[in-house]
Amino acid sequence: MTGPTHIFDKPNRYIGQSAPRADAARLLQGRGRYVDDVSLPRMVHASFVRSPHAHARITAIDTTAAKSCPGVVAIYTGADLAQHVTPYVGVLTHLAGLRSAPQHPLALDVARWQGEPVVMVIATSRALAEDACEHVMVDYDPLPATLDAETALSADAPLIHPEFGSNLAWERVVNAGNIDAAFATPGVKIVEREFRFGRHTGVTLESRGTVCDFDPSEEYLTVYYSGQAPHMMQVIFSKHLGLPEENIRVISNDVGGSFGIKIHTYGDEIATAAAAKLLRRPVKFIADRFESFVTDIHARDHVVRARMGVTEAGTIVGIDFDDLTGIGPFSMYPRTSAIECNQVLNLTGAPYVLENYRARGRVVFQNKTLMCQYRAVGHPIAMAICDGLLEDAARLIGMDPVDLRLRNLMADDSYPRASASGMKLDDLSHQAALRKLTQIMDYDTLRADQAEARKRGVYRGIGFVSMVEVTNPSPMFYGIGGAPIASQDGATVRLDAGGALHVSSSITEQGQGTNAILAQIAAGVFGVDLNRVKVTTGDTATTPYGGGTWASRGAGIGGEAMLQAAQALKDQVLEVAAVMLQTTPDKLDIQNGNVTDPDGTKRMTLADLARTVYYRGNELPSDLKPELIATRHYRVTDFPFVFTNGAMAAQVEVDIETGFVKVLHFWAVEDCGRVINPMLVDEQIRGGVVQGIGGALYEECHYSPEGQMLNATMADYMVPMAAEMPDITVAHIETPTKTSVLGAKGAGEAGTGGAPAAILNAVNDALAPLGASLWQMPMTPERVLTALDAAAG
Amino acid sequence: MTRTVAIDLTVNGERITASVPSRLNLVDFLRNDLGLTGSHVGCEHGVCGACTLTVDGVAVRGCLMLAAQANGCTVTTVEGLSDQGLSTALQAAFTKRNALQCGFCTPGMLASALAYVNAGGTDDRDAIRAHISGNYCRCTGYQAVVEAICDTIKEART
Ligand code: FES
Ligand code: FES
Repeated sequence: MTGPTHIFDKPNRYIGQSAPRADAARLLQGRGRYVDDVSLPRMVHASFVRSPHAHARITAIDTTAAKSCPGVVAIYTGADLAQHVTPYVGVLTHLAGLRSAPQHPLALDVARWQGEPVVMVIATSRALAEDACEHVMVDYDPLPATLDAETALSADAPLIHPEFGSNLAWERVVNAGNIDAAFATPGVKIVEREFRFGRHTGVTLESRGTVCDFDPSEEYLTVYYSGQAPHMMQVIFSKHLGLPEENIRVISNDVGGSFGIKIHTYGDEIATAAAAKLLRRPVKFIADRFESFVTDIHARDHVVRARMGVTEAGTIVGIDFDDLTGIGPFSMYPRTSAIECNQVLNLTGAPYVLENYRARGRVVFQNKTLMCQYRAVGHPIAMAICDGLLEDAARLIGMDPVDLRLRNLMADDSYPRASASGMKLDDLSHQAALRKLTQIMDYDTLRADQAEARKRGVYRGIGFVSMVEVTNPSPMFYGIGGAPIASQDGATVRLDAGGALHVSSSITEQGQGTNAILAQIAAGVFGVDLNRVKVTTGDTATTPYGGGTWASRGAGIGGEAMLQAAQALKDQVLEVAAVMLQTTPDKLDIQNGNVTDPDGTKRMTLADLARTVYYRGNELPSDLKPELIATRHYRVTDFPFVFTNGAMAAQVEVDIETGFVKVLHFWAVEDCGRVINPMLVDEQIRGGVVQGIGGALYEECHYSPEGQMLNATMADYMVPMAAEMPDITVAHIETPTKTSVLGAKGAGEAGTGGAPAAILNAVNDALAPLGASLWQMPMTPERVLTALDAAAG
Repeated sequence: MTRTVAIDLTVNGERITASVPSRLNLVDFLRNDLGLTGSHVGCEHGVCGACTLTVDGVAVRGCLMLAAQANGCTVTTVEGLSDQGLSTALQAAFTKRNALQCGFCTPGMLASALAYVNAGGTDDRDAIRAHISGNYCRCTGYQAVVEAICDTIKEART
């Protein structure tokens, strides 16, 4: 009765429905609870003196004047906090050879990037704390800085950690088949390009922040945390502040965007917790926008030299590339800054049948803001390398880029199989996705429009990407390497006396609709109305233990745990109901909040059942031990990741006078397995696509030759705004993953992972008749014009 | 720096008198002194639109106006719009279209959208996109917001 078909077909089958989010009204009425909305009795405020230099020795710190400023409660230097916080190192054992140096919340003797916190001032208001920061005297002895990843490994590059003897943090090589022989085969043509991916950052609209409250009577630290992984942070605070894990509660209420930015260990946040402990009172720190730009993790920043070989007939014989990426002065703790490069090596070419594959990745230190995992880690680079070269090759051999893809994409019936880099793949639909894409975009009409436009001197381009996305990671992602990051998640479902469900889960909400889909799954599987489910997430004290929401794992892992828990509770409830109704559980069901016969005829309400159990247990046989709560956990076991696939296309118009690129339309076909809420998935994809377009066309952290970030304001760092953005058409193919009953894979990062390659290809398609091409992101007007000038000679 | 100014204003229909530091901006006053945390702060320099609220019927940036400048004004925040039922149709349309994800931009987006609708804005999608181009949203990609505003205008017509 209760197999998968039943779950997805019965009444209250909310799985698959575009139900609006229950929490939307609260956020729309200004009743969100973001971290800066938290205000506690005796709360004081932190502000930081930050290094103005990219690399400098700190020779003296004088806080005398600052201490006498109005409202100042305490001032801490790096040396002060080093007595209370143990240092941390961002390495993982499964990333063999990765090295990084110990990091302290505040710089000790050397500051290694502009913005590194050096002194913390605590005062009765943020304004007064900032005033006092002006009076902290720090003497710096500037050191030569290593800024450019491309020169970081040269013999004369200033060393950021002299004890390592070079600025190399990590290196990995992948070699499958025989690339040299493949490329030397007669008839094989080679395309070769140098790709540059600019350094950009997350720009969550809500900046990072925390409120930390310490109760010395119980040695108990409560952290209000704007982020994605409360249990991970609980371990980190415990380990480095010297408190037992159980004496730390991490609460994530509403989070104003995260995208991988707010899942790392930031010195200013650790310092805030340490100050709360030392001062025995609540301390708040909210980053201002400048602090966000120079301390939130940055991402991408890759230079890739890549080649692809293709036969005249359109068989891709292999890819060979070298990826160099700069990660700032440390590898970020605890997830490390080698994961993005590692993903580039893992994912490049993964949609295609490739016999020969060679890749080298090098990760180097530099005196810039730390780089780490941001939405679609590595994906935009991997997809742009392969699909950029693929469309270049298509032009070279005179083949339509869709045809070239169809010839080389793995067949939809060929799984399970592995990619050239060794990734295990299953349940993918590249061919179907690309075919569906060309249908919904009306490809032939667009090509005709393009040809017609060219006659008028209007340069339009169409570009594609076929992509994979890493979702539902197993312990092989982080746990295996020693990181305190859970790969399993838990869900608890409780039937309350009134017949409603209270559910809780260890996955977290940053706006994706986590709470909404958890409620949909619980309501549908158990059998109550959606509005009778209340959800708790984001609190280490009240939810099951788990990893949180990152790497597109919430729906697939947390959702499956919820499905299993709801099913378990249903079985438990039916056991009790069978005794009360003097029948057997298999002759009963739960529908619309009632215990029913299998045909839906009502036998009793859930409230009647629950009230009898909770209030009038005397009416039940004494050997019946009802449990109206169930908890289940779930992890992915047979695969390191559960991959999704998608196909996307962009239509752009390039103004060859100004260099401006206008995205006219964007299409995405996504296969994320079973879709729990189509509207929420579509909106995740749209938001992700726009973030990807931002990286492809606008976003870049500019640095001066001295290592000063030049555009650390929202007026100067370009993000996509409504007027420049296209409408985005989204469609689905549903190939459920066999790794779970729910069958859901992740969808949150697909747009950001795929859009840049599609935009790159569309721009180059537009420029092709002029003999120009551009391989650097963001594709700014200046770079487009430079490419056009180069082609014009 | 510590100079204070006496102000007397109406916030969400309630008369407020206060003595505020001259440098305090309006959105910080509303959030920190009045506990109206629905207005958000994203950039503090007039670019992101998160702090957009209504002063004397006009959408303004709460971070670009000093609390002292609001003396004598009528201020309506998202809490006031909601409680007074001034934005019900837009809020319903935003919910239906999922025109918000994290919700951080939402109060400001709503204030901008309301100004557009109240000024008789049409359902022309480009015009709507242009109007909300002062409101940064990292989550939605904007399309759902455009749809929600379109829906509201179309429904008001029928
Ligand atoms: S906070 Fe006012 S516009 Fe950004
Ligand atoms: S919904 Fe998150 S910034 Fe708009």
